[in-house]
Amino acid sequence: MHIQVNVNGEMREADVEPRLLLVHFIRDYLGLTGTHWGCDTSNCGACTVHLDGEPVKSCTILAVRADGHEVTTIEGIWSGTGLTPVQEGFHEEHGLQCGFCTPGMIMTATALLERNPDPTEEEIRAAISGNLCRCTGYENIIRAVRWAADHRTAREEVSA
Amino acid sequence: MVATPRHTMGDRMPRKEDGRFIRGKGRYVDDIRLPGMLHSAILRSPFAHAKINNVDASAALELEGVHAVITGADLAAQGLAWMPTLAGDTQAVLATDKVRFQGQEVAFVVADDHYIAQDALELIEVDYEPLDPIVDSRRALDEDAPVIRDDKEGQADNLIFFWDAGDREATERAFQEAEVTVRQEMFYPRSHPAPMETCGCVADYDISTGEMTVYMTSQAPHAHRTLFAIVSGLPEHQIRIISPDIGGGFGNKVPIYPGYVCAAVASLILGRPVKWMETRAENLMSTSFARDYRMTGEIAATRDGRILGVRSKILADHGAFNAHAQPGEQYPTGFFPIFTSCYDVPAAYAEATGVYSNKAPGGIAYRCSFRVTEAIYLMERMMDVLADELEMDPAELRRKNFVKKEQMPYVSVMGWEYDGGDYHAALDEALRIAGYEQLLEEQRRAREEGRIMGIGVSTFTEIVGAGPGKKCHIAGIEMFDSAELRLHPTGKAILKLGVKSQGQGHETTFAQIVAGELGIPAENVEVREGDTDNTPFGLGTYASRSTPVCGAATAIVARKVREKAKKIAAHMLEAAEGDLEWTGERFQVKGSPDRGVNMEEISFAAYTNVPEGEEAGLEGVTYYDPPEMTYPFGAYICVVEIDKGTGQIEVKRFIAVDDCGVRINPMVVEGQIHGGLASGIGIALMEVMDFDEEGNHLNSSFMDYLTLTSMEAPKYELGETVTPSTHHPLGARGVAESPTVGSPAAVVNAVVDALSPYGVRHVDMPLSPNRIWSLLRENGVGA
Repeated sequence: MHIQVNVNGEMREADVEPRLLLVHFIRDYLGLTGTHWGCDTSNCGACTVHLDGEPVKSCTILAVRADGHEVTTIEGIWSGTGLTPVQEGFHEEHGLQCGFCTPGMIMTATALLERNPDPTEEEIRAAISGNLCRCTGYENIIRAVRWAADHRTAREEVSA
Repeated sequence: MVATPRHTMGDRMPRKEDGRFIRGKGRYVDDIRLPGMLHSAILRSPFAHAKINNVDASAALELEGVHAVITGADLAAQGLAWMPTLAGDTQAVLATDKVRFQGQEVAFVVADDHYIAQDALELIEVDYEPLDPIVDSRRALDEDAPVIRDDKEGQADNLIFFWDAGDREATERAFQEAEVTVRQEMFYPRSHPAPMETCGCVADYDISTGEMTVYMTSQAPHAHRTLFAIVSGLPEHQIRIISPDIGGGFGNKVPIYPGYVCAAVASLILGRPVKWMETRAENLMSTSFARDYRMTGEIAATRDGRILGVRSKILADHGAFNAHAQPGEQYPTGFFPIFTSCYDVPAAYAEATGVYSNKAPGGIAYRCSFRVTEAIYLMERMMDVLADELEMDPAELRRKNFVKKEQMPYVSVMGWEYDGGDYHAALDEALRIAGYEQLLEEQRRAREEGRIMGIGVSTFTEIVGAGPGKKCHIAGIEMFDSAELRLHPTGKAILKLGVKSQGQGHETTFAQIVAGELGIPAENVEVREGDTDNTPFGLGTYASRSTPVCGAATAIVARKVREKAKKIAAHMLEAAEGDLEWTGERFQVKGSPDRGVNMEEISFAAYTNVPEGEEAGLEGVTYYDPPEMTYPFGAYICVVEIDKGTGQIEVKRFIAVDDCGVRINPMVVEGQIHGGLASGIGIALMEVMDFDEEGNHLNSSFMDYLTLTSMEAPKYELGETVTPSTHHPLGARGVAESPTVGSPAAVVNAVVDALSPYGVRHVDMPLSPNRIWSLLRENGVGA
């Protein structure tokens, strides 16, 4: 099947099998390897991307379903040298170790802050509960998201 | 994120490696794409135990896009059907005669892409003849038990080893003479490290040069290269193992797996790069498990709580092939002999029987140093059983039996020499943070209100940092480690290591060590590891050995370089070497602080103005063999509350006081402790690999193999004491595994404490809601 997907602001086209998973389209066809594949059962969230702005697990979605839609991956949320507050938060608060779950966590956290700019700890825990991490014990990821919330607001105030 | 160069040893320096990971620019094995690369998939056994009558791959070979199907018979023709394990046993690469566990490798398909390879698996016909499996290790030595390893000459039963250590008679006497003895059977169930990245490789054989490059999820690339050379017969200098970014290891990426060997063989046959990457189910079903120890613990003590003797007996299930990760054949139970732990025990004895079963081979040390987790769990559970028997406070009982700091360096009755420790101080700090007295009061109130609340204590010593080389080895290679340091003309350094980070933050912390020794910013030190062509030979990262062994190598190589720098400085300052002093930042002439040169200036001179008789350059290499292991320790307190209606356990608080000696980067240390606690609490509550009677795997996905999520993870309350290691050049010890070692017992002790009013003295892990719910019902609690 022929599909057209807007990925990170760029229109991408390919002929794909109907069974091709979105995560494999992103990784193998487009070479965007920041989106990871950690399980076969949509439990781990390492493959989280945004589909029309909503976080989805790209191992659970067929590539053909993204036809005509917008996909944002970790490579698409920052531009040039600038980092988003969520990315900076993960660095500042030591919210990552091996880095494998990190892109998925960042995509989930970014979506959370879009709809809830000032989340409580409990809200952050609930938001990332579909993303597994085996290194950090989650504590510093929660702090990283909170850091991003604090600095995101500060920036908006400055730019306003 | 261009940091101002300023960080050094001891700083909470944000990590240098983060930049690529937060941008999605990490480079893991599965991200590697080489021109002409093919993909693969493994056909695995649906049976736990079955004879193979025939494997027919002809239909698979006809599928368009399939390049090769390799079977056990094909490998046997090359003498590659079996490979050696880390424990000196053999393991089937692809099954020839029988399959011995569900998920065992039977055939290897190479195709244009992963989807075609999976399709081809469906077309391979295997004629199996099912055999009676051994699933429960307690049945393995029954007279009528089927012999699993009938491939081994002279193997008439399922026994792998019998081992014992300690003074049996002295311990026997202690038990005979004791006022009080306690005994408890317990099971440390099978679990799996399950790093977020599964195992895999890209094997790339260059037919024109004869060189084999393998990009591999390896915690020990140099050791793996040597093993690859031994297994394949390829010359070692033409094998290059590159371990790129690794998405977590936790012991899972220590062994050599059949998939690596098959990919290498396929690349040799086809002359093209071949990628093999496990699915999650394959990772959980076939790669090395951990634990699976059935243990009996016994303590003999005086009525007032003084321990006189400790005895333990183990039935160890190693699965179908003995692929146990152990630092030499003298340690079939790893470092289990550390089981007397932080206590001053006068007599101790342990014995273990290792058996084969029809389950995946192993076991490896999941976030622990070779079975220390099992040892500490046994001891910490037994301390609570004894406290219960004596009606003594568990913290008080521990305090009474600790090795005292005045006894350091203490040699345990099992022969370990501890490198310092103040166990009383660590426990006191944990009790202080917890507010122990108030907690006990809160528990009294909770019980009056009918709530089920428990407090668990666990105190322990770890044993990490193998070597020494004379005691510990992997396939005969002594367990030293290495560091190579070069300063360039502008004073910027490159440090190359024999270990390999899987998330531990080496690129930052090892740079900080150099910074501390040479007075240059850590930002100016680039750390390289994981490529056997470009790093000195080392044994790798596992069992918390990077800081104890390679961290020491790094400090020492930096000091070597500083010695040469001193000669150059003397030349530059026109002073005698003996008249110079090192300030921590530069060499200066004693008594003339205005006359000095820093490392940047010396580096430039090392290439432009070398004293006569000295070689140019400023570099060194060190292979460090530690005189002993390091013994990090800790005191943990866990508070739980149990829902009467559902049996659900909530970890309300977790207090962890760790002493890993001098901390190179406290932020990284705390991160490691958080992660280790999450693993340990997860193991106590939910992580388990179960099998049905036929040997079917019941936890082969993340839907069934439950790991801690952000919802169950408590907010960790950390504390620290700092007792420098007596022999490590920086006074540091390993840390990443202490929390996994110490925390399961704290959780179980808390739950048993919560249930003790109902007569419960022990519960086996995992403490699943249905297990607790059933216990509550059995004891008349709830509806």
